[in-house]
Amino acid sequence: MAWLIRGRAWRLGDNISTDHIISGKYKFAKINRLEDMLPYVFEEVIPGFYEKVRPGDVIVAGRGFGYGSSREHAPRLLKLAGIGAVVAKSFHRIFYRNAINIGLPVIVSERIPDVTEQGDTVLVDMERGVVRNETRGVEERFQPPPPVLLEVLRAGGIVEYIRRNGRLPW
Amino acid sequence: MPEPRTLTEKLFEAKTGRAPSPGEIVVAPLDLVYAHDGTFGLAVEVMRQTPLLDQVFDPSRVALFIDHAAPAPTVAAALVHQAMRRFARERGVRLFDVGNGISHQVVADEALVRPGYFVVGADSHTVTGGAFAAFATGVGSTDAAVAMATGKLWFRVPEQVRLVLDGTPPPYIMGKDIVLTIIGKVGSDGMIYRAVEYQGDGLRYVSMDSRMTISNMAVEMGAKVGLFPSDSVARAWFQALHGLDVPRIEPDPGAGYADEMVLELGKLEPVVAAPPNVDNVKPVTEVEGVEVDQVFIGSCTNGRYEDYVAAARILRGRRVAEGVRCVAIPASRRVYRRLLRDGVIDVLTDAGCFVAYGTCGPCIGAHLGLLGENEVAVSTTNRNFTGRMGHKSSKVYLASPATAAAAAVTGRITDPRSLLRGDAPLMLTDPGYRYAP
Repeated sequence: MAWLIRGRAWRLGDNISTDHIISGKYKFAKINRLEDMLPYVFEEVIPGFYEKVRPGDVIVAGRGFGYGSSREHAPRLLKLAGIGAVVAKSFHRIFYRNAINIGLPVIVSERIPDVTEQGDTVLVDMERGVVRNETRGVEERFQPPPPVLLEVLRAGGIVEYIRRNGRLPW
Repeated sequence: MPEPRTLTEKLFEAKTGRAPSPGEIVVAPLDLVYAHDGTFGLAVEVMRQTPLLDQVFDPSRVALFIDHAAPAPTVAAALVHQAMRRFARERGVRLFDVGNGISHQVVADEALVRPGYFVVGADSHTVTGGAFAAFATGVGSTDAAVAMATGKLWFRVPEQVRLVLDGTPPPYIMGKDIVLTIIGKVGSDGMIYRAVEYQGDGLRYVSMDSRMTISNMAVEMGAKVGLFPSDSVARAWFQALHGLDVPRIEPDPGAGYADEMVLELGKLEPVVAAPPNVDNVKPVTEVEGVEVDQVFIGSCTNGRYEDYVAAARILRGRRVAEGVRCVAIPASRRVYRRLLRDGVIDVLTDAGCFVAYGTCGPCIGAHLGLLGENEVAVSTTNRNFTGRMGHKSSKVYLASPATAAAAAVTGRITDPRSLLRGDAPLMLTDPGYRYAP
């Protein structure tokens, strides 16, 4: 069965940090209750994001997505808000790992962020390794994560992988 | 004759039996796994809710720290701390409770990170351990849970970059100036997925305290690790502070690197990272005169003995400017005790600083000095994103402790050279150094 992700694009710039996604202040005001933090996601970068985001939306960003803290709240909140995938020119490594671990597809793409505008429809084919901006008719091949990590993503995260398979993927 | 190896290759080879190529996925056993009160909650939830993960592989290799919101400034934090104490008791895991200090400082104080070790921590600044020739890197809570439960984690082997520190630094230059200069040149994504290996004849002038600062900010340039060799300086430090004879681990001459950068230490000047980005680095002379409301000297980046000695050299016999708060929070009790013994805390408090110890505090906007509307801070911390230390209109300039102390005295961003007396180096390479006013 094909593994396709299609959604409306949120176009963001370079070096979007975990602080941009959710400020560290909230970690201490509302520790552990992820749902309580949702209204504050991207509040400095995209005012009103919480009201406007729809399930299945795709983030399309520039270089250095996920810069900063290791806090896993960042990718978890994006997934909770309904984001289906993040397409970016490059990812900071802790965010990349965290996204895979919690089942948020992360795709490295050089061209698609250049041609994508806010609201475009973006399609990701995780198995074929293709990302396409359907609105602009532009397509690019991407390097999927290594097989062991792709299996984790496919399962919906490492916890889901262990539950399903009774073991770790390595 | 074996092929010349980089430091990263040597670390992997010693741990896994072979030197892997960059890009390979390798599963490595871990010497130390740690978490703190900011990341523990999610980690333990994952452990409890997942078969296979509800265990601790080796309690002696796991450590927990109450440091971010310590002592608890909110009931929510207090509840997390209680859960951590309960977990530590149940699993036989070491817990460093309120007052011990910031995780990355305590693991240095207690020699929990050593040359050759593989270390993961549920905090991005775990990279601080790279100062000790350990493969030390930050992970999220789920990875930390897997690491705590199984004692192993996957790593994508980074490309290795040689960063040569060449020549002799001027005496007023600290590790913070060195690392901010590098970040200013390469950008905050300049070293994504790379291992930065520091080398060069200038290393002998870079103290362990400053190496920790430089490794600490490896993550701010996107690096996976920022490694210093276990050289004479490092080995002398382990011997003097811990009575330990640690192995010499250095890259081989002729080892192959993906890239190389050379920094002439002799040409460095004091710098700041202007808001709102860590790579927005400028010479302090370019921003002199900006009025300041708060100065913070502390955090895992600059909360060590050398940092407060540098501040004391500027603050001695002077007062914090009217209308400015100066908050000084040594990163651990051990550091604080040493500063007390040598009269440094007296210099800070006589000048009008508020002093606490052992917590991240205002660095992440947790407590002990958040910023109000349109306020400006000079801070020795590692990030200056919008709203990080308080109100969303507040601004944070990152700087060395010397530059921060100078701003505290004048109430404006000030070149520390104008207030420093004498020309003794601020980087204290002698582990036995004792401050005398």
